[in-house]
Amino acid sequence: MTDVLESVKALADGFATTFKHLFRKPITEEYPEYKRPLPVRSRARIILTRDPNGDERCVACYLCSAVCPVSCISMQSTERSNGRRYAAWFRINFGRCIYCGLCEEACPTSAIQLTPNFDHCKREILSMVYEKEDLLVDHCGKDPDYNFYRHAGISTAKRDKGEHINEFKPVRVKSNLP
Amino acid sequence: MVTWIAGMLMLTVKLSLVLGVLLFLAAYLVWAERKFLGRLQVRYGPNRAGKFGLLQPIADSIKMITKEDIVPTAADPVLFMLAPAVVAITALLMFAVVPFGPAVVLWGREIPMVITDINVGLLYVFALSSLGVYGVALGGWASNSKFALLGGIRGAAQMISYELSLGLSLVPVVMMARSFSLVDIVAAQADYPFIIFQPVAFIIFFISAVAESKRIPFDLPEAENELGAGFHMEYSGMRFGLFFIGEYVHMQVFGALLAVFFLGGWHGPLLPPVIWLLIKIIVISLFMIWMRGTLPRLRYDQLMTFGWKVLIPAALVNIVVTGAFILI
Repeated sequence: MTDVLESVKALADGFATTFKHLFRKPITEEYPEYKRPLPVRSRARIILTRDPNGDERCVACYLCSAVCPVSCISMQSTERSNGRRYAAWFRINFGRCIYCGLCEEACPTSAIQLTPNFDHCKREILSMVYEKEDLLVDHCGKDPDYNFYRHAGISTAKRDKGEHINEFKPVRVKSNLP
Repeated sequence: MVTWIAGMLMLTVKLSLVLGVLLFLAAYLVWAERKFLGRLQVRYGPNRAGKFGLLQPIADSIKMITKEDIVPTAADPVLFMLAPAVVAITALLMFAVVPFGPAVVLWGREIPMVITDINVGLLYVFALSSLGVYGVALGGWASNSKFALLGGIRGAAQMISYELSLGLSLVPVVMMARSFSLVDIVAAQADYPFIIFQPVAFIIFFISAVAESKRIPFDLPEAENELGAGFHMEYSGMRFGLFFIGEYVHMQVFGALLAVFFLGGWHGPLLPPVIWLLIKIIVISLFMIWMRGTLPRLRYDQLMTFGWKVLIPAALVNIVVTGAFILI
C-alpha cells in the first residue's frame, strides 16, 4: 500500500513540476529579432585588415593558403615598385571555408582575421566566393596598433637586434641551459 | 423514397461535418501539442508561421503533401501503402458511434446526433481498435527494415495486451448502463457521470487508452531513441502524415470515449451538448500532452508487467465488486 502511495506521490510531483514550468518565461532566444552579442574572438567571416597607416597588411606570403585545411584561400602575389609585396588578387571561397581559424594563426602580419559576423550565407553558392575588395576592410581589426614594418626582428642600420620597439633582448640559448 | 433521400442527405452532412471537425482538430491538436510541450520545456514552440504559429498545421500539411513518396525497394509495396490508411481509417471510423448531442427535431424529422447508433457500439469500437493494430504491425513488417519490424512487433504486443484491460474496464460501465450502445450509455449518465462510481475503471481505461494510442509513456512502438521512429521509420510524405493523423484522431477518439463512458458524454450545464463534448475531448487531449511532457517511457518488461499483472487483475476485481454492488 505504501508503495502505491509513494508512486502516486511521485507521479503528482512530476506533474506539478512540469505544470510549474508552464508559467516560466521561455529561455529561447529568438534569433533574427535578437542577436546575442558574440565574443570578439569567435570565428566567423574572414576579413583582410589594414595597418595603422591604412596600407594593406597582407604581404601575399601564401601561409594562410598553405595552412588552410580545405584549400579555400587562393591569391597571386606581386610587388610594388618599392619592393613591398601585396596580393594582386585574393580569393576566399566561403562555400568551402570551415572557419577553423588556422589562417589567422598562420598570418605573420595579422592581416587575415576572423570576425564574429557569422550570418552571411547566401542561396547562390557562387556568390559565397569573396574577392579581395569584398574582404578588405578599413580598420585594423583585433590588433589595432600592430604594424609589422615597425618590427624588424633583425639588426638594421639604425639599431641592433632586440633594440627596436616591442622587442626583447635575444635569448642566449647556451646560457639558458640548466 | 423521400425519407430515404433525406436520410441519406442528412447522413452525408453529418459524416462530412464530423470528418472535417476531426481532421481540423487533429491538425490543431498537433499545433497545441507542440506549443504546450514547448512551454512545458521552457521554450516557445512553433511561432513563425502566422500569429502564435497558428498557420503551422497548414504549412506542415503542404510540406507533407509535396514531399517525395518513397517506397523502399525491399518493402512489400501493397502492404506498405495500405498500412497508413488502415491506421487513419480505423481511427476515424471509431468516431461513428460517438453521440455528440441529444436528437434534434429539424423540419418535423427527428435527427439523432450520432452517425450511427448500433446496439453493439462498444464492441464496434473494440473491433476497430483491434483492427488498428494491423496498421502498425503491417507497416512495421512491410517496411522490411529491422527497426520498423521491432516497432511493429512491439506495437502489436502492446496493443493486444492493453486491449484486454481496455475492454474489461468497460464491463462495469455496461453493467451499470445495461446497454452496449453508446447513446444509451450517455443517456444513463443524465444525472451523474459514471466516474463517480467507477474511478478505478476510469483510471484503467485512461491508461489503456493512452497505451492503445501509442503515446508517451507507452510509445514503445515508435521509441525514438531506440528504434529511430519505430514502425513508421521508412515512411515519408503524406503516408507518414496518415500515421500522424491516425495518432491524433486516436487521441480525440479516446478522449471522446472517455467522455462518453465516464464523464457523461455531451451532458453538461449551460453550454450546448456538442461544445461540452468538444471541451471534454480537448481537456483529455491536453492532459495526454501534459503527461507526455512529464513521464518517461516505460521499459518493455515494465509495460507488460503493468498491463498483465496490474491493470487486468484490477479490472477483473472491479467487475466483481461492481457486480456485487448491483446485486445488492
